[in-house]
Amino acid sequence: MSETTESLTIRKVKEKFPDDVVSSSSWRGDDALVIKKEALIAIATFLKTDPELDFNFLVDLSGVDYLTHPKPQPERFAVAYHFLSMAKKQRVRLKVYVGLADNQVDTLIGLWKSADWMEREVFDQYGIKFKGHPNLKRILNHIAFVGHPLRKDYPIKKRQLLTQSDTLMDEMKKRLEAKGLTTTGR
Amino acid sequence: MSIPPGKLLETPLDQELEQEFYRDLHTDLMFLNLGPSHPAAHGTLRTFVALDGETIKAAVAEIGYLHRGFEKTVEHRTWNQVIPYTDRLNYCSAALNNFAFCKVVERMLGIEITPRAAAIRVIVGELMRIVDHLVCIGTNLVDMGALTNFWYTFNKRELVYDVLDKLCGARLTNSYGRIGGLYRDFYDGAVPDILHCVKECEDAFNEVEALIKKNRIFIDRTKDVCRFSAEQALSYGFTGPCLRASGVEWDLRKAFPYWGYDQYDFEIPVGTTGDTWDRIMIRFYEARESAKIIRQAIKSLPGGPICVDDKRIALPEKANTYQNIEGLINHFKLIFEGVRVPEGDCYDAIEAANGELGFYVTSDGSGFPYRVRVRPPCFLIFSGFPEMVEGSMISDAVATLGSINIIAGELDR
Repeated sequence: MSETTESLTIRKVKEKFPDDVVSSSSWRGDDALVIKKEALIAIATFLKTDPELDFNFLVDLSGVDYLTHPKPQPERFAVAYHFLSMAKKQRVRLKVYVGLADNQVDTLIGLWKSADWMEREVFDQYGIKFKGHPNLKRILNHIAFVGHPLRKDYPIKKRQLLTQSDTLMDEMKKRLEAKGLTTTGR
Repeated sequence: MSIPPGKLLETPLDQELEQEFYRDLHTDLMFLNLGPSHPAAHGTLRTFVALDGETIKAAVAEIGYLHRGFEKTVEHRTWNQVIPYTDRLNYCSAALNNFAFCKVVERMLGIEITPRAAAIRVIVGELMRIVDHLVCIGTNLVDMGALTNFWYTFNKRELVYDVLDKLCGARLTNSYGRIGGLYRDFYDGAVPDILHCVKECEDAFNEVEALIKKNRIFIDRTKDVCRFSAEQALSYGFTGPCLRASGVEWDLRKAFPYWGYDQYDFEIPVGTTGDTWDRIMIRFYEARESAKIIRQAIKSLPGGPICVDDKRIALPEKANTYQNIEGLINHFKLIFEGVRVPEGDCYDAIEAANGELGFYVTSDGSGFPYRVRVRPPCFLIFSGFPEMVEGSMISDAVATLGSINIIAGELDR
């Protein structure tokens, strides 16, 4: 895509972070940036705080496993973030690639609380870890589940019989401590 | 001397005496599971709460009881086979889910649906929104003990389902959308049927509103209960009625108009405080706006085909399939190999009854989706539920859970 038709969002992020933007595209009108994962928090903060961009809303956060994708990709996994600017009526997608060995991405929980459960879901389904997440625990699958079901090498017909229920006391303790309480209420 | 409720533990009346008193009294926090199987927990939702008396001091939620691997399953289906699976997301407004999925695939294919298909999607979609709000309000009021309203709303909901039944043969899980258009055109007499049931639904909303609006019990149980500020709602990713109840004027039908929503004249109702009252009341106003949209769309309903004229996308007419070899081959190829969606990824969303229902779809160019991610509105709304109810009473949590309209089908996928 030529320079002149680049959207404002892509242009501004590229100007501000020339070394961290790997590539950009606007296929079917979806502004998308592939960025280095180290720069995620910096770019997300820029998107949120820059008055001209004003991406105040984290819409979606999801993982993709490119294991069987016909087109070669930089790494096996990707995490895609969708931001929305309500004032400017713009959307943008940030994508970071993550490998199987070094599968850590910084958490966005400090910027948006919606990242909490969505990051837990990506962890649950793909095994991608979010550095700094206070409660990185499975969310949709059972706590004793083995493996990560949305990975392409997880067989779709595989079954696991799991019966242990979650007391949720680990989460409750953290929650109470954050409020200055203990389990006895004192 | 009166003590404000919930303050009993923090401020003992007389230091010396009270400590003696509390030593013998069991005053630890009590832990209680609300759900997963409880009539007031709509679907299978579990909230684990720490109680001081009846006040919730802290809450954590556990979901996943209805997780059935939607996203994994559809990777092994052709593009059109995904549609029946989307019905099961928000099963109270199934057709909206179909349309949302079709919309993103159509964008990836680079096609525009016909004007008639767009108008019918608007009409059926708004009908689904009305049904969704009827269900939400009806069941929410049952949770508060107002059973009468449940019959008022569910009776009228049946009328809508009768129309949908005639339209596509299914009541609850419609599978009415198709990539590139719709499954069927309106039957003869669909328009008067729809206008009739819209009128009846409006009556239901009016009756129920009249029953509750000045009801002392209802007001006491919802006004200023479980407030959620606009900042909190935005941070938690709230969309739809729950976000608008907190005072944020945001509706995808206005912000990113699709299917010709910009031609219709309607308002976006907005709440002020983000309490349970607002979250319930906003649904009444939204449903009336939906009725307005339906009447306008019917008035200007264009003629023409309901599917795009592209043999690589839309199935041929049944008569053609059965009587013509080309039609049969066309049908066969589309069913077995699927629609070929160009390689790439795309995110698109619609304003569903509960908020922004988005699909982030990755295609590898084959007839099967490579990855389908659903962005369900309920998932994020429920993630804010623990914070919403902390500091309130158990009974308030029940009323609030109904007001945020969690549908386990799309929450757990």
